[in-house]
Amino acid sequence: MSEHRALDDMLGRPWRKPHFIQSPALRWSLIAGFVAYLIAAFLTIEVDLGRVYQGLDRGWQFVLSFTRPDFVSRWSDIWSGLVESIVMTVAASVVGIAISIPIGLGAARNIAPLPVYVVCRAIVAISRALQEIIVAILLVAIFGFGPLAGFLTLSFATIGFLSKLLAEDIEAMDRVQAEAIRASGARWMQWINYGVQPQVMPRLVGLSMYRIDINFRESAILGLVGAGGIGATLNTAFDRYEYDTAAAILLLIIGIVMALEYLSGIIRARVQ
Amino acid sequence: MPVADANGVKIWRRRTNRESLVRWFGWLIGVAVFLYCWQQISHATTWFFVWDAPRIAGDIWERATPPRWSYLTQLGRPIWDTLNIATLGTIIALMLAVPVAFLAARNTTPSALIIRPVALLIIVSTRSINSLIWALLLIAIIGPGVFAGVIAIAIRSIGFCAKLLYEAIEEIDATQVEAITATGASRWQVMAYGIVPQILPAFAGIAVFRWDINIRESTVLGLVGAGGIGLQLQASLNVLAWPRVSLILLVILAAVVLSEWVSAKVRGAII
Repeated sequence: MSEHRALDDMLGRPWRKPHFIQSPALRWSLIAGFVAYLIAAFLTIEVDLGRVYQGLDRGWQFVLSFTRPDFVSRWSDIWSGLVESIVMTVAASVVGIAISIPIGLGAARNIAPLPVYVVCRAIVAISRALQEIIVAILLVAIFGFGPLAGFLTLSFATIGFLSKLLAEDIEAMDRVQAEAIRASGARWMQWINYGVQPQVMPRLVGLSMYRIDINFRESAILGLVGAGGIGATLNTAFDRYEYDTAAAILLLIIGIVMALEYLSGIIRARVQ
Repeated sequence: MPVADANGVKIWRRRTNRESLVRWFGWLIGVAVFLYCWQQISHATTWFFVWDAPRIAGDIWERATPPRWSYLTQLGRPIWDTLNIATLGTIIALMLAVPVAFLAARNTTPSALIIRPVALLIIVSTRSINSLIWALLLIAIIGPGVFAGVIAIAIRSIGFCAKLLYEAIEEIDATQVEAITATGASRWQVMAYGIVPQILPAFAGIAVFRWDINIRESTVLGLVGAGGIGLQLQASLNVLAWPRVSLILLVILAAVVLSEWVSAKVRGAII
């Protein structure tokens, strides 16, 4: 009845859009807090408008350089950096995916015993909390400059990403199928192979493709801290204000990422 | 069903001979590519340093512990800067991503032939370049500092937010839009009353999700000079002040975990 009364009360009044946050007190305190934060943030950011104005010209030069990218004059540097990036991506993706499958199995509560689960979840949490670039800095300090540090960084990052999502997928799987395999007297390995794997395989392939894409994008910045790849070449190009070369490298990165996305779209459509 | 015929006895097989041969070749090529890549990496590596690595790692660990807690008092301002870079960057990115998303979504774009590809190009190109590279570029253009970091984060986030947002717009319920249109509403009224209420929860979710990622990314922007706690990290690394480095890494870790917790809570409350 109360609903009807509310409807009666509303008759004859113009309709007003309901608010996204219902409670007015919460709404206004959120807005006030947000505005206060914005004011504080703007007050503490120092923007040197003169410097920005000076730079606009250089920015325009950079935008223009995209219309005439220079692939030729530094081609050997670009090529070796690009090959190193791709090599790191492929090797790290293979090793990372291979390691993340057992860890993903261990991090799924419905198939792993508690001690294994805790250890695997801890590995996933550590790998996810540390960013690539920080791991790369530490690994470069430990293993020296070069693609090995980049390869290890990307493998480590792949483990955290893929194991977590794989474990979530395994936890959401249909138990009935797995139980049917177990009831036929299958060993543990056969149970995983015939009961669990077919259910999670399409998603695993899709996620792996996505991760290869991410690994390539990340490999482009690892060079900034000396961990190999195209990043070092790009950094040098920026430092020397050779925007034509930088534009060429960025176009190559964008092109490869687009190609990878297109490829992964096709593969994902086929396995699903 | 592939069946092998062995002396008159039929045996079930999972794949035909041809299929297994193709698979075998696929694996062969895959393994060969991997081995080639590994050889390249190994060729570019100084293996002496790798064998020496456990000793170096132990050495660094010894130098880095315990963290210099007294340095914490000097980290307040960098953390505030980092928070500002992430938050202001996210806000600017969202303001730019909304129009791009409406132009990119198949059901709201004014022209599927010309404007949609341009919007998609903006999304792909901003998404495929890391914020560190944007920061590197912006520092050359507008000088080092927090402002360059804010803009770098903003540009990088446009593609991500616009992509998720336009997918949400394409999934809206068309009947509600039709109902608003049937009342004689203008194009903008249809947007405001038919489309926006449907994507508002997705929008809030995307905003918080991206903010969480941006906190992560803005902690390292300082490595190239774009402000935030990364500046302190870079300075400490340069003078090999390992106790300070370990403290900064702990602070970054805490910030990342905290922001992920906040984002998960807020998203849980919205959705």
